[in-house]
Amino acid sequence: MSVGSAVTKQEKTLKKKKNRKIIQNWQLYIFILPAFLYFIIFHYVPMYGIQIAFKDYVPTLGFLGSEWVGLEHFERFFNSYYFWDLLKNTLGISIYELIVGFPLPIILALLLNEAKDGFYKRTVQTVTYAPHFISVVVISGMIIAFLSPTTGIINHIIGFFGLEPIAFMSDPAWFKTVYVLSGVWQSTGWGTIIYLAALSGVDPQQHEAAIVDGASRFQRIWYINIPTLVPTMVILLIMNLGNIMALGFEKILLLQNPLNMESSNVIATFVYQAGLLDAQYSFAAAVGLFNAVINAILLIVVNQIARKTSETSLW
Amino acid sequence: MESTLYESKSDKLFKFFVYSFLTIALVAVLYPLIYIISASISNPTYVNSGEMWLLPKDITFEGYRLIFGNDSIWQGYLMTLVYTALGTLINLLVTIPAAYALARKDFYGRGFFTAMFVLTMFFTGGLIPTYLVVRDLGLIDTIWAMVLPNAAAVWNIVIARVFFQSTIPRGLEEAAIIDGASNLKLFFKIILPLSAPIIAVMALFYGVGHWNGYFNALIYISDRDLFPLQLVLREILVLQDMSSNNANMTAETAQLIHSNQQLAAIIKYGVMIVSSLPVIIVYPFLQKYFVKGVMIGSLKG
Repeated sequence: MSVGSAVTKQEKTLKKKKNRKIIQNWQLYIFILPAFLYFIIFHYVPMYGIQIAFKDYVPTLGFLGSEWVGLEHFERFFNSYYFWDLLKNTLGISIYELIVGFPLPIILALLLNEAKDGFYKRTVQTVTYAPHFISVVVISGMIIAFLSPTTGIINHIIGFFGLEPIAFMSDPAWFKTVYVLSGVWQSTGWGTIIYLAALSGVDPQQHEAAIVDGASRFQRIWYINIPTLVPTMVILLIMNLGNIMALGFEKILLLQNPLNMESSNVIATFVYQAGLLDAQYSFAAAVGLFNAVINAILLIVVNQIARKTSETSLW
Repeated sequence: MESTLYESKSDKLFKFFVYSFLTIALVAVLYPLIYIISASISNPTYVNSGEMWLLPKDITFEGYRLIFGNDSIWQGYLMTLVYTALGTLINLLVTIPAAYALARKDFYGRGFFTAMFVLTMFFTGGLIPTYLVVRDLGLIDTIWAMVLPNAAAVWNIVIARVFFQSTIPRGLEEAAIIDGASNLKLFFKIILPLSAPIIAVMALFYGVGHWNGYFNALIYISDRDLFPLQLVLREILVLQDMSSNNANMTAETAQLIHSNQQLAAIIKYGVMIVSSLPVIIVYPFLQKYFVKGVMIGSLKG
């Protein structure tokens, strides 16, 4: 009996404490209100709107009023002749980008870390970070201008070596390479920052001890610096793999043209085309949802694997 | 003796390798940038033929004269300034107070709000439902379509929260509350004055995003008077090379490009410079703030 009342008393004081905390800090709820409303209106209401993927959306009837059609839109997408092309291009560009783009910032960061602090190192950093701030429209304009078969500097250089000019932008075989390498140019430098931050946390004593033991510089990088970077690498790798279907399609949309469509048509640009240009809202929403679900599954699976094998994971 | 000699030799080789690689990276990034600057002020004949490949040849400012005489570009510049200023202001008003509330350990519900915000990083409604919501709210073809659908970014809220947690001493808040200060007073009188660095970082991150963004405008804005600079650039740099979409171009931008086919090339390089100029000018001075922002984020990531 006495035990029971003690528990309820404790519960009561806890509840009182909680209520006091809420009342005392009521103004903090005003602080968070704008962000709360923003996420409700522009993220959670659209999430609720995903149901149109299973309906025939009619604008006047809204999300709720439109008629259910089940999996009709998904079936149409899976059975369409472009389904496999879209999937192949989406995965192809993403994986290509990951294989080429993932290791380069790590290598550059390791090398920057070996360079002596000073003017030259700072210059390399400032210059290689800079392309990160160039807009995707300007980057696309640069690509198109530089790669022009008649006036582009790249083809002039190719011509200088006596080779035939290449029509990079209208040849589907080149699209993925152009996309990936321009991405490398733009983001490798900026990508080093997070690794350099991790490297700055290495205890100098570890290196001193290794020097005493006769380790070469290369051995010190291999046995001290690289293991330091592994947790960061794993986290970034999980995030990249989890985003493999959601590749930055803004640039693809800008670089796409009827001639290279064969290898540049990806799920995201298809959703834009079908949904916003052709106004097939429900069908496009279904395609988008398919993409998002694959993404979520990939993220969960990769995170699980990482947790089992390396003890580093997102959650 | 033998071994130390060998060591220094291998270290020398290593150093040589490090600096050569860095130099390659430097040149590879720098060359296109220099080329654009040179091309924008060179005689277009030399640019098109490839004779100009590094330094400006037969300098002319004709390209810039045409660019600055073009109304579309001025109008785009003006709208981009409006979107960047208004958008960044809204971003800060949403992000900073929310991040501060989430940083407070005695804020009941912070776990719920954090989870609710972070979830949207991994799962979203997607392009179409988001577009329909924006349309149903009546925001299409208004400046609000450019600043409200991206009023906050989860990652930036996380960065700001980490900043508040790691730099504002807990005792300071407790003392203020014991002295009878309300949370509002505490925030404005004590927290904000200590938050200049994070406000700067957030303003930069959001501001560059608004300046460079084109996709929201592409889907939400069709009124030409509201076009941001990036959409005008898209017409000049991208569309006119791709046969399909020429119909969308206005007489003004079309005229700019077709007035002189020869000049078209250097006009393109010129607009790349003109549009990136504000960011290029401020970037070297603010580099350390940008870097700081990424580093704070990596603490948590």
